[in-house]
Amino acid sequence: MSDSNKPSNRRKFLTNLTQVMGGVGGIFAVIPFLSTMSPSEKAKSAGAPIEIDISSLRPGSYKVVEWRGKPVWVVRRTPEMIENTLEENDILSDPKSLEDHQPSYTKNKYRSINPEYLVLLGVCTHLGCSPLYKPNSKSAELGLDWKGGFFCPCHGSKFDLSGRVHSGVPAPYNLEVPPYYFASKDKIIIGEDGESV
Amino acid sequence: MNKFMAWIDERLPVSNFVRNHLSQYYAPKNFNFFYYFGALAIFIFILQIVTGIFLTINYKPDAAQAFASVEYIMRDVEWGWLIRYMHSTGASFFFVVIYLHMFRAMLYGSYKNPRELLWLFGMVIFVLLMAEAFMGYLLPWGQMSYWGAQVIISLFSAIPYVGESLALWIRGDYVISDATLNRFFAFHVIALPLLLFALIYLHLAALHTTGSNNPDGVEIKKNKDENGIPRDGIPFHPYYTVKDIFGLSVFLIIFTFVVFFMPELGGFFLEKDNFVPADPLKTPEHIMPVWYFTPFYAILRAIPDKLGGVLAMGLAIFVLFFLPWIDRCSTKSIRYRSSTYKTLLTLFVISFFALGYIGMSAATPLLTWAGRLFTLIYFGFFVALYFTSANEKTKDVPDRVTMHD
Repeated sequence: MSDSNKPSNRRKFLTNLTQVMGGVGGIFAVIPFLSTMSPSEKAKSAGAPIEIDISSLRPGSYKVVEWRGKPVWVVRRTPEMIENTLEENDILSDPKSLEDHQPSYTKNKYRSINPEYLVLLGVCTHLGCSPLYKPNSKSAELGLDWKGGFFCPCHGSKFDLSGRVHSGVPAPYNLEVPPYYFASKDKIIIGEDGESV
Repeated sequence: MNKFMAWIDERLPVSNFVRNHLSQYYAPKNFNFFYYFGALAIFIFILQIVTGIFLTINYKPDAAQAFASVEYIMRDVEWGWLIRYMHSTGASFFFVVIYLHMFRAMLYGSYKNPRELLWLFGMVIFVLLMAEAFMGYLLPWGQMSYWGAQVIISLFSAIPYVGESLALWIRGDYVISDATLNRFFAFHVIALPLLLFALIYLHLAALHTTGSNNPDGVEIKKNKDENGIPRDGIPFHPYYTVKDIFGLSVFLIIFTFVVFFMPELGGFFLEKDNFVPADPLKTPEHIMPVWYFTPFYAILRAIPDKLGGVLAMGLAIFVLFFLPWIDRCSTKSIRYRSSTYKTLLTLFVISFFALGYIGMSAATPLLTWAGRLFTLIYFGFFVALYFTSANEKTKDVPDRVTMHD
């Protein structure tokens, strides 16, 4: 040891190097802790497709089923409801479904394979509430110009009868359409694309 | 006894600590009503810890069992209802007390030089407390628990690029599920209480370094007698311990009245929808957070844009951290400040209450517009304060507190 209390450059360098290495090691040690909070393998594998029987669904009514823990709606639209689906106008923010929130085979006005059956993920694209099915037009709650659709009670987002979002509401984009196909006339498989695509 | 204390003091400076922080810790003699709430907040913190420990003895953090285990506590566990109602009522009263405690700081400029750090620690406590209350609200696994958590966690998904993965990481699943409940339980009973404890320690340490402000905003340490004791100071013990015990008694009368006679407080403290078990497929018709979050929730709803709403809500809380630097007036107490500040503060308080009301009402177009107006006033307070406070016409501040002698 020298008499001076000042550490030598060599010692300073080694001290700094030790601190940096210790810091890097510390950061790596955090990774396992944070990783335990990610979805587990069990949670990841719980996403298998499901089958829905639609033979009992009457025109105008809808059915909620659980897929990957989220509500999926199947709505059987009446001819009147299909007619009430909004035209491209300024109250829809993405009328042509240009944004990628549906499989390519439902990228049409009715956002469906068969316009009579609408399949949607019943999760508001704003903050994840489940919107309410309000098929009747001119409701007291939603106004005289309401032509039917979905209304989110949490923050007032509105969607038309094809799940397309109105503009000027908090939800940023259209309700999502999950991948699905008709296995037969009365059976829909949700969570998988059909073979034709 | 003296010999025993001497033995202890040689090994741990207990007597010294009591002198420095109680019997010879001098606090301004002119404290008023608003100075009860710090001590009350500590009382409620301890009450929440104690009732919380006894609740965990019977509660099950499991999505399949949580709701039933809370009902079990309410119906089958001896006195379980009392412990549970004390805990749920305590949460709401915690916020009543904290909001009044913060309002006191705005009245008397308690966040100003030299107490900025004290304010910052307090703000961190406030944010942690909101997280603690939010996570605790998920545990009964009722409809409001579930959908409230769904909405709040989805707030993170508004962050560009990393948002969705961040929300996924917080939930630990693609939806709010057992994984979410279990981790919220861990945070609610271990992680956040420990952090809160540490922050409260720092808050008090900072307070005892600068000493308390007072309703006149006079620094009592600037006027000391020949023994170095502030002329306007009185020992915390016995004077303020006795005052706080009186305040606590009045508080407990109100608190126990609510616990015994109206623990749900008409849906304000415990929401009706939370007596229905969580159903991931059905959102309640009208969802709202518990009352203490509604002012911020109203700001979220006021902005017709997902990211914008989230940012505005975050900013509404974040801006409070900077209050010591936004308020540039060197006069602390409202007693000696201009009518401009009094007007601004009144508008701020009105907007806070109005937003609170709007946040708990259904989203009608009229209320949405009212929400936008009051959001503007809320933020306007800080903007106007920044520009008016630098050259404020203040009255002369006396050298000593107004009620000396």
